[in-house]
Order: sequence, then structure tokens, then C-alpha cells
Amino acid sequence: MPSVNDRVLLAVESSCDETAVAVIDADRRVLASVIASQDELHRRWGGVVPEVASRAHLERILPCLREALDASGRSLADVGAIAAVTEPGLVGSLLVGLTAAKTLAWTLGVPLVAVNHVEAHLYACRWAADGEPFPAVGLVASGGHTSLYDCRSTLDFELLGTTIDDAAGEAFDKAAALLGLPYPGGPALERAAVGGRADAVPFPRAFLHEPRLEFSFSGLKTALLYAVRGQPNARQPPPSITPERLADLAASFQAAVIDVLAAKCEQALAATGRDTLCIGGGVAANRALRARLEQLADRRGIRLLISPREYCTDNAAMAAIAWDLLEAGRVSPLDIDVTPGLVRKRDQNAAPAKLTSPAANASRR
Amino acid sequence: MRPLSSTVVEFLSGSEAETDRFAAALAPLLRPGDVVALDGDLGAGKTRLVRALAAALGCDAAQVSSPTFGLVQHYAGPLPLVHIDAYRLRDCDEFEELGGRELFEADAVTLIEWADRIAPSLPTKRWTIAAEHVGPTSRRYRVACPPDERAARLLAAAAGGA
Repeated sequence: MPSVNDRVLLAVESSCDETAVAVIDADRRVLASVIASQDELHRRWGGVVPEVASRAHLERILPCLREALDASGRSLADVGAIAAVTEPGLVGSLLVGLTAAKTLAWTLGVPLVAVNHVEAHLYACRWAADGEPFPAVGLVASGGHTSLYDCRSTLDFELLGTTIDDAAGEAFDKAAALLGLPYPGGPALERAAVGGRADAVPFPRAFLHEPRLEFSFSGLKTALLYAVRGQPNARQPPPSITPERLADLAASFQAAVIDVLAAKCEQALAATGRDTLCIGGGVAANRALRARLEQLADRRGIRLLISPREYCTDNAAMAAIAWDLLEAGRVSPLDIDVTPGLVRKRDQNAAPAKLTSPAANASRR
Repeated sequence: MRPLSSTVVEFLSGSEAETDRFAAALAPLLRPGDVVALDGDLGAGKTRLVRALAAALGCDAAQVSSPTFGLVQHYAGPLPLVHIDAYRLRDCDEFEELGGRELFEADAVTLIEWADRIAPSLPTKRWTIAAEHVGPTSRRYRVACPPDERAARLLAAAAGGA
């Protein structure tokens, strides 16, 4: 498509608490990546608040679009396609970005490409690679996701397994809340763990030696609760939370999460025979996890691609995957709706994902 | 299970297998349109009970995970489930502005974790299940049934040793 190739992709991501817009050229060079974070808003509530999130997206989407285009040195006339993250995420938040993207695609007369947020996180590993990142085993670990994929190509992802309860980032957030640490919990817990003993508290590591490619962090969360507040009906109170105890608890908790993530990556590598491991999502910013995965890669002699830090947290640049989709003809109709839940590709035909946006529900009735 | 009043029973679960059996006894009493409020502290076993109920109702229990981040998840099955988590919600206003009531579907059972945060937005005729830590692997579930003919069936199930 030569007429498209000298033009740029305008990408919008609003699946959770960041409003993000990026401009990417056909060579996958990121010309601009603008992110308006709502961390400050959410800190007051101790977590992402969906309604606060969607209102804030509304206020920020147009300034973000303008800023990204300005920063890229391009104009709307240069836009050859629009990408929008349509799944998974918070309904109201996704709808703000998708509606902006649809409006632009319709008024500019350019194709709209729907992007899966989790797959885009893995695609961001291409910026850590010299060449193509896939085929690979991919792990996305964030506040909303802990999922292992067999990434056959940028167009073909198979979900191998996911968490059966809490996501890794959610576990970090809830652990931080139990320990009285600030939001966002991941970075706060990582800081609190510095100097702590990772073997101070023997926290559980679910399914560690089982072959199943699934995660569970709920029992770990409960174990931390007991370590902080004491066992139910215990005769003795738990040790008081001194700075040393806090560091030990944080370090031990972090080690338990990392042990499980690393072990399941290794199992998935063995099961698929892939020789590349791609890591994306906010938890990939954790330094102790990175160090552990580097050891694993050295030991197995595989290529490790960790998404660059700026693309670990939510961003629109990773929606550059839309170029691959566009080149394969995967353009979305303008009446496409958001899909908040995680869609399992292999189950798609058996049980189509249900649309849950309030608008979709209203129109059904 | 043991009865506490004409509409309330209590179940002490000593293991995940017992929680599954408790859910299997409860599941036949659920019907389309029911709303189930689930309350309890972090790690009290709310998501685990939803998984057990999903399995007992013929849904794919592997699809069940914490909806804390995404707010709502749907599980298809003979009796579909809508799984909501109000952990990150501040109050009812926020739930309603999100169109939360639209999520209560007439053809599905709606299960809501951290329901006490949005209690005024819930139908008055509903199930309430309070989960509580008893020990590292044991949980107490206190079930309040809607005041209809199912209360007698719930008590019968409790008396029957379920």
C-alpha cells in the first residue's frame, strides 16, 4: 500500500487509567507518544476508579491528540489510519478512546484498526529486539492481566494460561494496601523491599511445581494478610510492623510473585519449544523480576526481550501493531464495540465474547 | 450447613473441596435474575466461592478470576453469570453513573464482590453471602436467602447435611 506507507498511524489507548495517543510511521518508528496519567487522581482512592477514569479520559483525549500530532511534526492530513485499543479494559474508558478514533476515521476517510491491549504490550518488545520479536513465549503482567501467550506472529497469539484469581499487579497493589504503602502499589512495594530479606517469610507459591500454565496470587495475598494482622483466632498477636519487618514482608512477597512468574515462563518455553521470551505490562518494570528473567535466559540460552520501560506501563505507541494488522487487511468496521473482558482466541467460536458496554446493553433491550 | 434463622444458614468450610460441595448445594437454588451480594475481607474467599458456583452451574470455572481491575466479567453457561467487583468503587453514585444497574440481567445470576460498598444500588430482594476467615484453609460462609419459597429448600438442604 504505497499510498499509505508515507503516511502515519494515529493510535489511541484508553483502556484503563492512562489517556494515551501516539503517532507511528510505517517503519514502526514512534514519532510521538503522549501519556496523560491519572495516578494522582486515583491515589486519593487507593486504586483505579472507573468513573473517575472515564471522565478524565473525556477531558484529556482531545488535548492528547493535539499534543501528539504537534510533537510528531505531522498533521491530520498525514494520517493514513487510526488505531484504537478496544479490548480488554474498563468499559467507559475504552469507549472514550474508541469513539474518538471512530470519529476521526470517519471524518478523515481512513481505515480504523481495533487493537488488543495485551497483544500490543507484547508487540512493544519489538523495540527491545534488533529484528522481529516473534515467534516467542509472551508474558503480560500488569494490574489487570497475568497471561502467558504463544506468540506465533504479530497476527497469531494463543493464550496459554492466565491467572485464576488476582493479577500479579493487582496482588502488588493489594499487598501494598495491606502494608499501608501508597498507590500505585507495585513501585511502592519494590522500594519497600529494598534491604529486606526475601526468605524472611515463607509465602506460598501457587502451582510452582505443577505443569499447569496458570497463576494464582489469592493465597499469597491471604498469607500476607495473616502475616500482617495475625492468624484468625491466634493466641499471639503478629510481630509488630517495624521498618525491618516491613522490608522483610515486602521482599518476601515480591520474591514469591517473581518465583512464580519466572517458573511459569520457563514451563511455557519448555512446552512450546520457543527460544525467545517477551515480557510486557507494568510488572515488567520491576527490577528484581528483570534480574531473575535475565538469569533464566542466560541459563537456557534463549533471547529475552523485555518491553522498554516507557512501554511497560500503558501507552499508545504499542498500538503500532495496527500497522501489521492493516497490512494483513484486518480493518475494523465503524460500528465495532468494545470488548471489556479477556478474549480467549481458541474459545472465540465456541462462546463469542459478550459486549457489556451500557450502550450495547441499552440497544439490545 | 446449619440453620441460623428461617432464611439464614451458615456453612463452615474446612477446605476448597468442601467449598465446592457447599456451592453445589447452593447452586440449584439460584435462578435467572438473582442478585448475590458477596461480602468479606481481602482473601476471605469471595472469588473462590464464585468459581465454585460457576462450576456447579455448568459454566467454565477456568474463566473465573478477580474482576477487580475490569469491574465486570461474564461467564456463559446454562445459567449465565455476571461477576462484578466493587472493590475499586467509591460509592453507589459511581456504580450508577457507570450504568451498573444495566449489568443486572434478567437471564443471568449477578454475583457482586465487595457488595457492601454499593448496597443501596442493589435490589432489596437478594442473596447475601458473608465470607469470613476462620483459619488458613477454613472459611465461614453465612448465607441469607431471599424471603421466598427457596428459604425452606435452603433450610432443608442444611438439615439434610449438605
